[in-house]
Amino acid sequence: MPDALVLSWRQYRLERRMFWRNPSAAFFNFLLPLLFLAGGGIIFRGNQHDLDKLVPSIAAMSVMSTTFTALAYNTVFLRERGVLKRIRGTPLPTISYFSGVAANAVTNTALQIAIIVLAGRAFFGIGWPADWGALIVFVLVGVVSFAALGVAFAHVIPNFESTAAYVNAVFLPVVAVSFWVFDSSSAPGFLRTIAEALPLEPLIVGLSGAMVTGVSLSSNLDALAVIALWGAFGLYFAVRGFSWEQSRR
Amino acid sequence: MSETAPAIEVSALCKRYGEFEAVRGIDITVRRGEVFGLLGPNGAGKTTTVEILEGYRARTSGEVSVLGYDPADRSLALRRRIGIVLQSGGIYSHITPREALRHWASFYPHPRDVDEVLTLAGLQDKADERSRRLSGGQLRRLDFALALVGDPELMFLDEPTTGFDPEARRAAWETVRSLRDLGKTILLTTHYLDEAQALADRVAIVKDGRVLAIGAPQELGAGAAHYRVAYRDPGGVLVERETDDPTALLHELTGEALAQGQQLEELHVGRPSLEDVYLELTADA
Repeated sequence: MPDALVLSWRQYRLERRMFWRNPSAAFFNFLLPLLFLAGGGIIFRGNQHDLDKLVPSIAAMSVMSTTFTALAYNTVFLRERGVLKRIRGTPLPTISYFSGVAANAVTNTALQIAIIVLAGRAFFGIGWPADWGALIVFVLVGVVSFAALGVAFAHVIPNFESTAAYVNAVFLPVVAVSFWVFDSSSAPGFLRTIAEALPLEPLIVGLSGAMVTGVSLSSNLDALAVIALWGAFGLYFAVRGFSWEQSRR
Repeated sequence: MSETAPAIEVSALCKRYGEFEAVRGIDITVRRGEVFGLLGPNGAGKTTTVEILEGYRARTSGEVSVLGYDPADRSLALRRRIGIVLQSGGIYSHITPREALRHWASFYPHPRDVDEVLTLAGLQDKADERSRRLSGGQLRRLDFALALVGDPELMFLDEPTTGFDPEARRAAWETVRSLRDLGKTILLTTHYLDEAQALADRVAIVKDGRVLAIGAPQELGAGAAHYRVAYRDPGGVLVERETDDPTALLHELTGEALAQGQQLEELHVGRPSLEDVYLELTADA
């Protein structure tokens, strides 16, 4: 239906406009991973082994922050402010609304990955991605999975005031354990088991293969499968528990 | 459906939340072009009823038709023809009223002109201000504007002036009147008597999920009781008498008073107002 497509485009343009007008969102979802990249780059300067690990780790973190974090925040904010309920009462097709919102998140992810790839080549000595195809596949599956998980996670968050606490309670430990396990072979075994079962560490592994080491997609299929499984789980709960209205908790 | 068919028909509507029955058998018919008020105290089931008509909630039982559609189907065709002002609905903080209205207008097949809607809602001076900088009253105007921009036939206004200062209420009333002048059918809920009296062509008084009375505000006052004659007797006690025939009663009272050389202090003949009916009907038994 062309009408729904046109409206998706309009929603997308509105989301883009609002994104750049909201400095704190632009900072936390966009600049922060890039600042981590710059900071890590300074700390590990001259140490190619660490830089090789830093770049894909930050790329994966960017995927998570532009989708999971951003959508969890946004969904709770718009729900609690009553914006979603208002939209629900208009003839804007649900699919157009979510396409516009998702496309906005994908744009942010794509911009960040592009910046990280360029920075990797210009400042971090890792050259162009070893496998563009694998990069696209991992970013795409990562975006869909983390976006779905972000929307699903919003259902758990009771009000806007507690969003930061809830999101960080997930984001920070997941990032910490995934970075550690990916970086160090001496990480405790149970942590490794946990990290490999979560979606971020497999994404780092996949992006590392695609961007740095050239380990092929076919050897990282198990990592891809873990991310996709989380995605299926996220999609199911994103749709099933979705609430357009303020919670009365 | 024909243009003379009612805009809204509701019969035996019930809504249960677990053990709690929010709506217990409501019947109303809203004619095209009228302003219909659902009047009742908080918790009477007004918002539940309206949100069922708007398609936000599923009903437990009963029949509902809105412009010929069942709102539970949530069809786009129905939503293109209605406008909703929620009791509390937010808007994106980082866009202006003009941008919001342009975006909303794109959802509808035949939207109204954005500038015209801005003027109608009294927002022309704030059209390019970010909505996070608007006052509560201005945001309420934006609610009206967003509901109106699709040029709907039928508008739902849920407690449109709750929390307003008197001046903002007058302004909102003017907006509602201008909507009626545009030929819109309006279903509004309120717990303010004066609001129902000032705006509604017909009113249903709702309490505990039931309709207690229905009719034009002045008829509701007249229909329920009769004439009320009040005066102070020579001992200073206020006497109130109700009658169907005030002429005869007055003749009798004044005749007696004149014969005994007395005054009927504070003599007053009146009909019960909507307020009297409302308070009587909604009083806790």
